[in-house]
Amino acid sequence: MRPQFISKKVGSIKFRILSPKMIKSMAAAKIVTPELYDREGYPVDGGLMDTRLGVIDPGLVCKTDGLRLKDTLGHFGYIELARPVIHIKFVKQVYDFLKCTCNSCGRILIPQKDIKKFSEILTTIGEEQSMQAQHRMVREVVTKYKGKGKCPHCAAKQGKIKLEKPYTFYEEDHKLSPIELRAWLEKIQDDDLQLFGMDSVAIRPEWMVLTVLQIPPVTMRPSITLESGERSEDDLTHKLGDVVRINQRLFENINAGAPEIIIEDLWDLLQYHVTTYFDNSIAQLPPARHRGGQVLKTLTKRIKSKEGRIRHNLAGKRTDFSARTVISPDPLIGLNEVGVPEKMAKHLTIPERITEWNKEYLLEFVKRGPKVYPGANYIIRPDGKRKAIADFTMDEITEELTEGYIVERHLLDGDIALFNRQPSLHRMSMMAHKVRVLPGKTFRLNPSVCHPYNADFDGDEMNLHVPQTEEARSEAQVLMLVQTQLISPRDGLSVVGSIHDAITGNYLLTKELILSYPESVDLLYSCGVEDLSRLPKKEKLDGKEVFSALLPKDFTFYGKDKSGNQVKIINGKLTSGLMDKANLGEESGLLLRNLYSQYGPEFTAELLGKISKLGIAVLLRRGFSIGIADLDLMPQTAKLVAESIENSLQKAFNIIEQHAAGKLQALPGRTVEETLELRMLEVLNKARNKSGEVAMKQIKENAALVMARSGARGNILNIAQMSAITGQQALRGRRIDHGFTNRTLSYFKVHDISPAARGFIKNSFKSGLNPAEFFFGAMTGRDALMDTALRTPKSGYLYRRLSNAMQDLKVEYDHTVRDASGRIVQFQYGEDGLDVSKTKAGSIDVKEIVQAVIGEKQ
Amino acid sequence: MSIKKHNLVPKHTLLTDKQKEKLLADLHVTIKELPKIRLSDSAIQPLEAKSNDIIKISRESRSAGNSVYYRIVIE
Ligand SMILES: [Mg+2]
Ligand SMILES: [Zn+2]
Repeated sequence: MRPQFISKKVGSIKFRILSPKMIKSMAAAKIVTPELYDREGYPVDGGLMDTRLGVIDPGLVCKTDGLRLKDTLGHFGYIELARPVIHIKFVKQVYDFLKCTCNSCGRILIPQKDIKKFSEILTTIGEEQSMQAQHRMVREVVTKYKGKGKCPHCAAKQGKIKLEKPYTFYEEDHKLSPIELRAWLEKIQDDDLQLFGMDSVAIRPEWMVLTVLQIPPVTMRPSITLESGERSEDDLTHKLGDVVRINQRLFENINAGAPEIIIEDLWDLLQYHVTTYFDNSIAQLPPARHRGGQVLKTLTKRIKSKEGRIRHNLAGKRTDFSARTVISPDPLIGLNEVGVPEKMAKHLTIPERITEWNKEYLLEFVKRGPKVYPGANYIIRPDGKRKAIADFTMDEITEELTEGYIVERHLLDGDIALFNRQPSLHRMSMMAHKVRVLPGKTFRLNPSVCHPYNADFDGDEMNLHVPQTEEARSEAQVLMLVQTQLISPRDGLSVVGSIHDAITGNYLLTKELILSYPESVDLLYSCGVEDLSRLPKKEKLDGKEVFSALLPKDFTFYGKDKSGNQVKIINGKLTSGLMDKANLGEESGLLLRNLYSQYGPEFTAELLGKISKLGIAVLLRRGFSIGIADLDLMPQTAKLVAESIENSLQKAFNIIEQHAAGKLQALPGRTVEETLELRMLEVLNKARNKSGEVAMKQIKENAALVMARSGARGNILNIAQMSAITGQQALRGRRIDHGFTNRTLSYFKVHDISPAARGFIKNSFKSGLNPAEFFFGAMTGRDALMDTALRTPKSGYLYRRLSNAMQDLKVEYDHTVRDASGRIVQFQYGEDGLDVSKTKAGSIDVKEIVQAVIGEKQ
Repeated sequence: MSIKKHNLVPKHTLLTDKQKEKLLADLHVTIKELPKIRLSDSAIQPLEAKSNDIIKISRESRSAGNSVYYRIVIE
């Protein structure tokens, strides 16, 4: 039966303090003895485990509601305290009251005629800010009048109130006992209470000094029975036991008329135990411990700590049927797939209901059991009872299995799972994949989906969730499968794309490779192309023709490649341009986007997989490697580079000389020193660019260059730094500064402003840096590292604030953007009403639409 | 100086009661759903608007050229 829910709106919440009267009327029992169980192990009446407070033993019945274990929620009890004690959580408030009210008449220390003036201000502060702020204001106002040291109402002399932490109050040198405190607080008038932002019905200040202590139900502090049969009580019960014991002794001593010193000592002890019962981590108090020395976990810790109710149970969410491990790449699995280790597949299960059609099939899983893949771990009976499949239950289970039973079988190839990498900033951070059970211990994913997850393989871990119902699975498959997420809602371009070798391979293939027909067939077949009808039957094939065999027959595309050449694909034939990062990479060209809009998600995902495999297969056959020799310069080039560096250094020294001679002309708005620095930086940066250029002219056919040109990895600057010159190191846009010691390193003379002394590295990474140069390199390296380490959490928090503020905005059917309560935020989504993921990089090509509609070709 | 002349201040105009009714009918919205503008907002001072009037704001939008926005006057 469907539960009947009633929905209501919470109008307001009010916090109150429990009054002694309330505590007593809530209580099901008064606790009078520290004993827990009698000789038979039965809970003692009037003890802390009293059965009126609920039961935690099977077989016992709660005396208050007559329910058994798990049905009864438990009931509160109370202890009558022999002497009042301060509630540690209200010490601050009590302190405020003592400071701001009269010690004899209890009125607030503000003259009657001025009270009205402040009451309004105080209430608004309380409403708009907080009660703390209101109290702060009351204190401020009272200090203004307190100079006289007398009560404005009854003229009684007021002493200075001191708080000796954690809970001892003094008026001048007289110690205020909790009895005195309570008497004082009782005198405070209800009207004055309003000024403190308190309503006398909800809060009376004297309730902050406890005369009775509420005892939580036993269900809140269950004991556990150890293997030895011994009972081990909850920390709260321990603590309450201490309170009850001391309380009893205090009662006895008072009744016996014991000397005041003994009573005072016991009273202090009672205060200590009640305090640590509420909070066992008060700075000035030694925490209460178990006999073993372990600190007791009392009320505050139950709520506040990391393992507490809030952070652990309310804010922290954990789920079954999920897994986490390191990820690694597998270019051979599909874009939509995820590789799951067999070991995991045996723990992650999918519930399948037995019907007349799948009975035989599911029985096989059950027979294989939990240890043999693919088996099953549990069966669920129609009454909802679940049973583990094990060797000794096997016969019984296979016997009783019929239609209507559910079998929790191991994960199989093709099952749907959600795959996620934190931080989940995107909707593409959590996508559905089809499972591929693989050997090994890591999750495998196609390198092309690294980009949407922002994943790499330097130790990244990812999470996997297995949906458990048909609805959840089909929803995940239809809405979240990787192929449905190809187009980014940010700019309408593809968020997936080939990376690294896949790009290099296609670049080389479309640029320069000539293959024989058998070679081409072999290449295509190896990346899963079975229809070779689109491959021209020629002796020698151009790489472009081989690539074109992947494309659909009617696909036409005009674009640009990375070096700016026209890319022309006419009727599925690549006639000019290269396939590099600008076309195959993520969030770059329109090629993938157009394929998607013309041929749909499934085709595009498939094609992208084939293109990536093709690139890798090309490199596999052609060979592609990089070595130190790739950075060699020809002797004449090396000479040119050296000359160019020498030239620039000479220019730099000339500037220094000019400056020394006082002949350097200051740039407008700059001092001479600033001008010097600017000119130096300019000359030295030129040195790197020039020698880099010279070197790059000579380096023509080279693996590093191919990678840079194709956009696979690295850039021209990296190559120049490795082979020609590393160049000027800069911190905050300036050369390395010499600081207070007037030199960057003790290796240099003071006030040395020559290039080498200020972070200019004239060596290349290949020729090797000298110690000073290496140090400068480390300086900028450290700076970059610190910068990223500090920036990431900052921008993360900025993004979090934005996404939290906007999370419930949504586009309604009338194209307006509205918040959760239906208020309009935008009258047209994005002011133009466009769905960016359906545009070409943010705009609509009207011409193309017209042509598509009237069927004209350009 | 009038802030209306500043190039970053979009054009604010007051809708007549008739226009207001038509707008609410066209958009199928109630006054409660509209974004708000304070009566004390500097941009509408010269308009002499009252509470519950609707202000039409037309501004240059980077994505859509000219875009129109409506706000209900409060307080
Ligand atoms: Mg990483
Ligand atoms: Zn007084």
